[in-house]
Amino acid sequence: MGWLAVGLGAWLGGWWLNHVLSHRPATRLTRLAVPVIFGLSVVVIWESLVRGLEISPVLLPPPTQIAATFAAKTHILWEDFVQTVIKGALTGYVMGCGAAFLIAVAIDRFPFLQRGLLPVGNFVAALPIIGMAPILVMWFGFDWQSKAAVVVVMVFFPMLVNTVQGLQDTSAMQRDLMRTYGAGYWTTLLKLRLPAAMPFIFNGLKIASTLALIGAIVAEFFGSPIKGMGFRISTSVGQLTLDLVWAEIVVAAIAGSAFYGGVALLEKAVTFWHPSQRGRA
Amino acid sequence: MRNLVPVLTVVCAIFAIWYAAAVWLNAPWAYNKAERAGTTPGFTELVTDTWSQDKPKLPAPHQVGAEIWNTTGAMVASGRGFSKRSLIFHSWITFSATALGFVLGAGLGIALAIGIVYNRTMDMSVMPWVIASQTIPILAIAPMIIVVLNAVGISGLLPKAMISMYLSFFPVVVGMVKGLRSPAHMQLDQMRTWNATPAQTFWKLRLPSSMPYLFTSLKIGMAASLVGAIVGELPTGAVAGLGARLLAGSYYGQTVQIWSALIMAATLAAILVGLIGVIQRIVLKRMGMA
Amino acid sequence: MAAMQAGEDRLTSDRVISAKDLSLTFQTNDGPVHALKDVTLDVEKGDFVSFIGPSGCGKTTFLRCMADLEHPTGGSITVNGVNPEAARRARAYGYVFQAAGLYPWRSIGGNIRLPLEIMGYSKSEQDRRVREVLELVDLAGFEKKFPWQLSGGMQQRASIARALAFDADILLMDEPFGALDEIVRDHLNEQLLSLWERTHKTICFVTHSIPEAVYLSTRIVVMSPRPGRITDVIESPLPRERPLEIRDTPEFIEIAHRVRDGLRAGHGDEV
Repeated sequence: MGWLAVGLGAWLGGWWLNHVLSHRPATRLTRLAVPVIFGLSVVVIWESLVRGLEISPVLLPPPTQIAATFAAKTHILWEDFVQTVIKGALTGYVMGCGAAFLIAVAIDRFPFLQRGLLPVGNFVAALPIIGMAPILVMWFGFDWQSKAAVVVVMVFFPMLVNTVQGLQDTSAMQRDLMRTYGAGYWTTLLKLRLPAAMPFIFNGLKIASTLALIGAIVAEFFGSPIKGMGFRISTSVGQLTLDLVWAEIVVAAIAGSAFYGGVALLEKAVTFWHPSQRGRA
Repeated sequence: MRNLVPVLTVVCAIFAIWYAAAVWLNAPWAYNKAERAGTTPGFTELVTDTWSQDKPKLPAPHQVGAEIWNTTGAMVASGRGFSKRSLIFHSWITFSATALGFVLGAGLGIALAIGIVYNRTMDMSVMPWVIASQTIPILAIAPMIIVVLNAVGISGLLPKAMISMYLSFFPVVVGMVKGLRSPAHMQLDQMRTWNATPAQTFWKLRLPSSMPYLFTSLKIGMAASLVGAIVGELPTGAVAGLGARLLAGSYYGQTVQIWSALIMAATLAAILVGLIGVIQRIVLKRMGMA
Repeated sequence: MAAMQAGEDRLTSDRVISAKDLSLTFQTNDGPVHALKDVTLDVEKGDFVSFIGPSGCGKTTFLRCMADLEHPTGGSITVNGVNPEAARRARAYGYVFQAAGLYPWRSIGGNIRLPLEIMGYSKSEQDRRVREVLELVDLAGFEKKFPWQLSGGMQQRASIARALAFDADILLMDEPFGALDEIVRDHLNEQLLSLWERTHKTICFVTHSIPEAVYLSTRIVVMSPRPGRITDVIESPLPRERPLEIRDTPEFIEIAHRVRDGLRAGHGDEV
């Protein structure tokens, strides 16, 4: 009963505090404080509901237990992180995005290919590519190479479509201006079209960053060595040690946000001139 | 229409590469077989063999096509269209989870978006988390949701639909918030000069303005929903559904079965997303926005 | 004759808009911006008042204060004798924005019907009024067309019809013809005058065109920026009935001169 009261208190208190804060003039501090208070209230409510209603930790472990597991099993979590994120996701991400970028620049010279590949690429981007995972695991073996291959396949088309669209995103006037300067294909590409394409390219990179982690983790459900985040999640679920599963999910969340945040920071530095980035400094 | 020829060319190229890759990937096995039989295969023999193996590394398109026909059209013809071996049956299982999850997720997403647009506290508290959560590999929780819900006695369609719901929910929230906020300042001021109530502003201005955004995010949500349903079928022990077919195929090395399930999933995705596209075109056309 | 009648109207009628020492200061990162400072002005019933001045002089802000779209930080303002919020709730005015802002998903008739739906008019009353105002702005027969099937000038006429539909006595217009070309603009100016003539509305009209202000108004309010303030109020001696050719008469040119002088004086040495 006491725990439930704590939960209710956290809910009402957090909501009241945020209500007050959000109706004051917005500053940097309130913009940061309000979501943080919301997040903390959710964690407290979670903890007190689990304890108050005596929910079995097999179903839903309380946050404190997850934190304890996280602290106790850092070596396992680190090993899994290296296997899945660094070896699987990151390798595949670099290879997939790099290949898509180069191919996009290559086909940019051929309008015929563009017109053919864009619709196909858009179509493929909507397909459940993740289903390729079992095939690629068969081709490339259980270790990280097959995970990287899944990531390559998953990030390739979104990246390709975005880059091709970005390279087309210059106005006729800007291109005519380059022509009046007597600029050739490569000069136009480097000085005008690539910079203009950057917002699109980064959009592709951001989408790909979330797909990469998903691909690497889910591919491990189809077979992996005895390490890796996806492997740990599926086996721990089988053993009903959900605290370890949640700890892995925390790692995944941190890795995902850091990955995305890193790309977003880079974007901010490169495309500071774009309307979507202006005025946020 | 102007894109028809280029698209067909690209599609043909994909098939050509597929056939060539099948020869290349399946050749070692063909040579191996020939060696054991003590013969050296000629080029034509090699090609015919690589395109007709039982458990090839990469089945040729016509093998996959035949498998799909055998598990769909042929079974319907013999009156077993809904038996457990039929891909129609498995597609139906996956589809029902996808559709249920999608409807729940889209509904919930729209409701939350309205809350975020109309309530400042909710906007500032929830919106950053919605955006942040898109960067998190949510799919990783799928097996846990399935097992936990199973443990509390919920099994079958609902757990898979929950994962689909979860995945389709976020794109809809983000798209719908954008859409509901898309009316120009001027149009909102105009509503104010007429002393319109918040409900009137919603129904007459915000909701109609959000339609293009809604449909775009519904398409993404639908694709995500299908992925959720397929992944949700993995930990249930490969009972039924396209995801189960994928997993069973990978257990027993039945590559043809994997590919046919994959193609079915792709077809299902194309049909569902295409359906939303058609509705989008009709609605926006009638609203004069297309 | 017409001028005399206008004078008589003024004596007998009450003040429609009355601003006294009105100020509005925005707080920005670069310090406070005085959009309006100590603005005092009375608008009488049946007046056609133009507000003219360079950008940042507060002419639009003043109009938005009348419409309760901005909240003054000092002084007082009444519309129809009550505060702007009460006037807005009583639907005392129609507001025309710079862009037509018609909803692409509604026909022209549907767009004009929109405020009437919001205000809860009956279906038959809606039909009657839509037909009436469409006639008034010369768009009869376009009811079923969609905005994107019409030219820019026609769209702006439809948006004026929308502001007229609910019979408010005051019409607030914020550079309604600013985005249109000169020829269309002349035509619409002429139409607006005849509409004002027929409906006896009070019109407040923001513009940055001197000929437009002189041609349309009974009074021209010249404003200047930093801080936004009124520098001159010119009563026009032109008759109420004004053919386009009036713009070549010496009287017209003289008023235009005075407006230009006022603008230059307010601008200081910046021009």
